[in-house]
Amino acid sequence: MNDQLKHLSERVTKGLMTRREFVGRAAALGVTAAVANSMLATAAKAAGPVRGGTIKLGASGGESTNTQDPALTASEVPLYNLRHWGETLVDVGADGNLEMRMAESVEGSSDAKQWVFKIRKGIPFSNGKDMTPEDVMLTMQRHSNEDSQSGALGIMRGIESMKVDGDNFIVDLSTGNADLPYLMADYHLMIQPGGGMDDPAAGIGTGPYTIEFDEPGVRHGFKRRDDYWDADNRGFAEFSEQLVLNDATARTAALQSGQVHMINRVDPKVASLLDRAPSLSVKSTAGRGHYVFIMHVDTAPFDSNELRLALKYAINRQEMVDKILRGYGSIGNDFPINAGYPLFDNTIEQRDYDAAKAAEHYKKSGHDGSPIILRTADGAFPGAVDAAALFQQSAQAAGIPLEIKREPNDGYWSEVWNVQPFCASYWGGRPVQDQMYSTAYLSTADWNDTRFKVPAFDDMLLQARAEIDEVKRKEIYSRMAVMLRDEGGLILPMFNDFVGAIAQNVGGWVDDPNGPLMNNKAPIKCWLTDA
Amino acid sequence: MHPILKLVAQRLALGFLLLIAASVLIFAGTSILPGDVAQQILGQSATPEALENLRRELGLNEPALSRYFSWLGGILQGDLGTALTNGRDIAESLGTRLANTLFLAFWAALISVPLAIFLGLLAVRYKDRWPDKLISGVTLTTISIPEFMIGYVLIYWISIKFGWFSSVAIINDSMTLGQKLNAIAIPVMVLTLVVLAHMMRMTRAAILNVMQSAYIETAELKGMPMLRIIRKHAFPNAIAPIVNVVMINLAYLVVGVVVVEVVFAYPGMGQYLVDHVAKRDIPVVQACGLIFAAVYIGLNLVADIVSILANPRLRHPK
Repeated sequence: MNDQLKHLSERVTKGLMTRREFVGRAAALGVTAAVANSMLATAAKAAGPVRGGTIKLGASGGESTNTQDPALTASEVPLYNLRHWGETLVDVGADGNLEMRMAESVEGSSDAKQWVFKIRKGIPFSNGKDMTPEDVMLTMQRHSNEDSQSGALGIMRGIESMKVDGDNFIVDLSTGNADLPYLMADYHLMIQPGGGMDDPAAGIGTGPYTIEFDEPGVRHGFKRRDDYWDADNRGFAEFSEQLVLNDATARTAALQSGQVHMINRVDPKVASLLDRAPSLSVKSTAGRGHYVFIMHVDTAPFDSNELRLALKYAINRQEMVDKILRGYGSIGNDFPINAGYPLFDNTIEQRDYDAAKAAEHYKKSGHDGSPIILRTADGAFPGAVDAAALFQQSAQAAGIPLEIKREPNDGYWSEVWNVQPFCASYWGGRPVQDQMYSTAYLSTADWNDTRFKVPAFDDMLLQARAEIDEVKRKEIYSRMAVMLRDEGGLILPMFNDFVGAIAQNVGGWVDDPNGPLMNNKAPIKCWLTDA
Repeated sequence: MHPILKLVAQRLALGFLLLIAASVLIFAGTSILPGDVAQQILGQSATPEALENLRRELGLNEPALSRYFSWLGGILQGDLGTALTNGRDIAESLGTRLANTLFLAFWAALISVPLAIFLGLLAVRYKDRWPDKLISGVTLTTISIPEFMIGYVLIYWISIKFGWFSSVAIINDSMTLGQKLNAIAIPVMVLTLVVLAHMMRMTRAAILNVMQSAYIETAELKGMPMLRIIRKHAFPNAIAPIVNVVMINLAYLVVGVVVVEVVFAYPGMGQYLVDHVAKRDIPVVQACGLIFAAVYIGLNLVADIVSILANPRLRHPK
């Protein structure tokens, strides 16, 4: 970097110059906008975290029905709340590796059946008490109790027994699972005093903030804790405020007029326009979430694999990415794994739109030519109705008649998804392949929304789970992916990016593929450069 | 008993009966909503065990009739119950939301009602001339544009371009009145533009109707100034229909502003209700429904009584 540019970028980080001015000046020196922007990021990082101020997030995904109980957390705003006051045993870092939080270290037995988490000492809860291995165990017990309403119940089922031994929290599994530590990063599993058995919604944890005010569906406020154990890395702003702004335009307007510092879920339709505003930048992060059309493989006519293949060839993936995601995403290949996962096999052949092949498979399926009903709703995923229309058009070209049935958003997840044989849906990703497959493609999975029940597939999944050798695991996962791609009921046209936006004075941004806005940690890991 | 007191008492009793009838409708309506509260609370990521446990805990397996009477009994004692979704006391959270809604409605009404009536009078004074046409044209245009659109346009200009007022209307107790008014400035503008035309047109029509009367002609022939005739002779006789339409619009300002609330993230009743409908949180939906019904019935009651008081013929029935 030449000295002049360096000087300029320092001026920006000090707030003496806007980003747009900098990019303009840099362009005059013959530097492209992209390079100029990345220089700025480097400069901001070099300047180091700034403490103080009130960082404000405008977030969609909050309702007045929200609670602070981690077990019942299912939407985005409550998730930001949890990140403020709570912490899990481990985290999955932006690089996909485990990051130790309440656990100091983790060690598995050679058959991956026993896992020992060494729990950190001297970490205070916000109620003043120190966190103990007993608290960890009680928390896990609450979530694995069959009576609990925890969204993490499914991932706790494989646990046979838990015990505390000195500083260690020990988990025994009925079958080996090499990914168990990753499962412990699930956001429901915030460590609470006494496991949160008495008052699960109290909001007491080991996180960097405590709750200042809590008005569900309106706003949530947090104050930094002076006794936070990891103050070097998290909790820079003195106060953190979250405004619930479910309306997309209200969100962007609030960011543009400076009333919030960061927003989630920027509509891809406006993202590139918004990015032109000098006071902010749009952050698009490739993630593991995907938009899908799902067929029940046990229900006619989708019980014919030829028909399923016909439909898979009849969808134009690139067009969907271009038109529905406006380029903020990548094409899918009919299995729910992408390069964002560890052990992903990138040599699996990409399935492309091929009307001729689709027509051929359609003919082989012997379908009677009656319209195939595809159910969709605005709420299935952003742009689901348009995506269904595109699908209908491209299928039409292959001679496959699709009939779109538009369903109300209200009740879509209880009346249509996982009930009707062919509909639009979405999946957020999971940190590891095993979890994604076990959640929706294992015969016994509760949310097996394609009714894909193949013993050979289950066997491979269990085999991979207990396999410690990564090369062998990768090989098994690859075979599973191909099987699902060629025989499953999943049509996966696209992986969506997480698109958010932050104001120019927000420092510390890191792309994190695990979730939106740095895996919901932007408010606690970023700082205000002008605080 | 004084006939007016008797009348008010009668109306109140009728209103109460109507409210009970409304409560039956609300309860029946919410009971036949599709979907299931447990499924909605736990969302897409619900497991069958979790669903069954939650259902049992929430008492969703009891018969509807017994749930109605225990609900009604609770309400008569001022107990609205607790929200199924987050276990909070409904009366408490609803109280804040209702206060916010009334705060916004109050300021919107304070500006829009006098403005509408004044513009109506002005339109009558300059009937069929340019002020009349301009007033009608502008107000009819603003009522024809969807309110969210007006909201976005005002946000873009007033909040983003000029930076005068906040685009986020989230208010709370720790704010001063000035801060609150700053926060709700744009929503109040939007609501004013939305309700203005209806009231203005009704004022204009009602007064014009009276203006055809012989006594107005007499007043004119006496040489009274036009505005004075309108104010002293025409307006009192046109009050009944005007009050009616004003009350309808006030009711709208209380119960019908959910779109404006969403656009400005205003923490009012509408958004609160919609969230709970989406989650099938029946007790909250019922409580909101009942309050909305009470607002409508109450304001109509006021309209009735005011028009009776304003009309000597009704005030002194033979």
